[in-house]
Amino acid sequence: MNLFEYETKQEFSKHKISIPKGALITESTQTAQAIANLKPPYLVKAQVLVGGRGKAGGIISAKSEKEVEEAAVKLLEARIRGLLVKQVLIEEKLPIRKELYVGIAIDRFNRSYAVLVSATGGVEIEEIASKTPKAITRTVIDSQSGVRSFHSLAIAKQLGYSGNQLVKLSTIIQKLYQVCIDNDAEMVEINPLAETETGDFVALDARMVIDDNALFRHPEYAAKETEALSLQEALALKNNLSYVKLDGDIGVVGNGAGLVMATLDLLNIFGGKPANFLDLGGGATIEAIAAALQIVFTEPDTKVILVNVLGGITHCDDVAGGIVEAANESKVKKPLVVRLVGTNQQEGQKILANAGISVLESMEEAAKQAVEITRGAQT
Amino acid sequence: MGIIINADTKAIVQGISGKQGNYHTKLMLDYGTKIVAGVVPGKGGTVANGVPVYDTVKETVEAHSPNASIIFVPAPFAQDAVLEAITNKIKTIVLVTEHVPIKDAINVMAYANQSHVTIIGPNTPGIITPGECKLGIMPANIFKPGSIGVVSRSGTLTYEIASGLTAKGLGQSTCFGVGGDPIVGLNFIEALELFKENPKTKAIVLIGEIGGNMEELTAEYITQERYPKPIVAYVAGRFAPSGKRMGHAGAIIMGKQGTAQSKIEALINAGVKVAEKPSDVTALLVKALLP
Repeated sequence: MNLFEYETKQEFSKHKISIPKGALITESTQTAQAIANLKPPYLVKAQVLVGGRGKAGGIISAKSEKEVEEAAVKLLEARIRGLLVKQVLIEEKLPIRKELYVGIAIDRFNRSYAVLVSATGGVEIEEIASKTPKAITRTVIDSQSGVRSFHSLAIAKQLGYSGNQLVKLSTIIQKLYQVCIDNDAEMVEINPLAETETGDFVALDARMVIDDNALFRHPEYAAKETEALSLQEALALKNNLSYVKLDGDIGVVGNGAGLVMATLDLLNIFGGKPANFLDLGGGATIEAIAAALQIVFTEPDTKVILVNVLGGITHCDDVAGGIVEAANESKVKKPLVVRLVGTNQQEGQKILANAGISVLESMEEAAKQAVEITRGAQT
Repeated sequence: MGIIINADTKAIVQGISGKQGNYHTKLMLDYGTKIVAGVVPGKGGTVANGVPVYDTVKETVEAHSPNASIIFVPAPFAQDAVLEAITNKIKTIVLVTEHVPIKDAINVMAYANQSHVTIIGPNTPGIITPGECKLGIMPANIFKPGSIGVVSRSGTLTYEIASGLTAKGLGQSTCFGVGGDPIVGLNFIEALELFKENPKTKAIVLIGEIGGNMEELTAEYITQERYPKPIVAYVAGRFAPSGKRMGHAGAIIMGKQGTAQSKIEALINAGVKVAEKPSDVTALLVKALLP
């Protein structure tokens, strides 16, 4: 789950990481009150969960109350890279000397966290990584000790600081690690971390991704809805299905992330275009399977539906039951290609045969057939 | 004799009374796996599937001296269950549980490393040494004893490829899933180390997918080690979009990182034969095994 800049900054504030003074508004009429305690100049920042917000016009500089209001009117209800702006953060714009990058990420290979720092902040870390990989210093954290001051001092030193500034920067790195741990974050970054003209460090922009699997420990986030779900996405969420919308015309349902990804790959190899990724997971019930079919049936672009199930803990007769239920209830009729093998295969094939749906045993044959049907539909 | 588990493995099931734990204990017993005890706090003294149930792992150790545990407990309690097994010196732990928080996984991996414990998972279908022992949820009938080692990031895709191998008479020494999460225990490189020393294993199948850089690091290892046994790989997700989680928590491309293309290229450069389609794995293996 991605947090908004202002939410991440609230966490920074709790942990005493300096942020610019600011206020959040949801309507442009709130600007006067919002800036009453702020000193000009200002930055007016759209709160959207998208990278490259600045380049897309989501951040506007303002010198007066009038300019702030104009900026707020312009940003609120606007779309930044397709996302609707519902909140705007107004902050004091600080005179800065230098922009740094400080972040904590998961290090898969070392099975731990890593601190990433760079003396060239302000651009996305990915961009720094591809252009000047040597500019990033990566330090793997021993999860049992956490980030101790001797760790963070060494990291701050690599950025060239000494004296009072060295200690200040080191403390911020330690606090950021604590933000990560306390929030069950899988990524948290300050980018840029500004060195101000007074030599202090202030978090100008902030990003945090909370581990979805840890939301049971964070009811404050679990209750929030950050994105409006489509009809299909809501149905998938309700039935514990993994669903990703794609831009093709072949609806895909399968069991197991790897198997479904392999199915998408096969469709592409044979010249087809999948409309979605949909993983039933293991041991799906008839209801969940029917919901999965309903999701792909209701996608308007879908011309044909490919079901690829290799039953282990998933039972083929349940899958067949779900398919028949969904096909009967669906108002739109779309051709179905079904590959069904594994546990209770014969029972499943019988159910489908009785409903007039034929079954294949090879996933490649099934993928080819689905692609051929879309070709037929085009001509 | 495969790797990690064999006919002598004596296992306990933590979470034996849940729906999954109960169902799969029966299937593991049917396969011939020696399940000596189950653990469910509060249900000590009862019997599940003919197996005695205890409140704690410690009691199972005193009564049955197990050397492995398979864990089915719900995600919020998975960390406790693993730490309990590690504390009681169980040396092989299979963590089937899905949706374990990353922070918990990182914590248990650090303890496991210190205590020289092998963890498979989380979010794994488990491990099978065909004909000897199965600690997992995979359908047993698609495997047969033989000389191919299989290690994978996916469940059903492993079944797909293993069925293909079995159909062509290529049995398996040991097959296991490393788990679909970003933080997992035993990884590809460690699996290759074990298969290298295992005399029964003649060739290895690696089944990778998008996300992270395990395949790239494995390719480096293969080159450095001049790995002595043939390896055939398949990598899923060549047409997956960036920034979207594809079913597994670990299967996500971030910008240009974690793409199937990068993994396939690295593996090919390391001399691994990479299959374009799952069904091509068997043919590539047959070719690789020719003298």
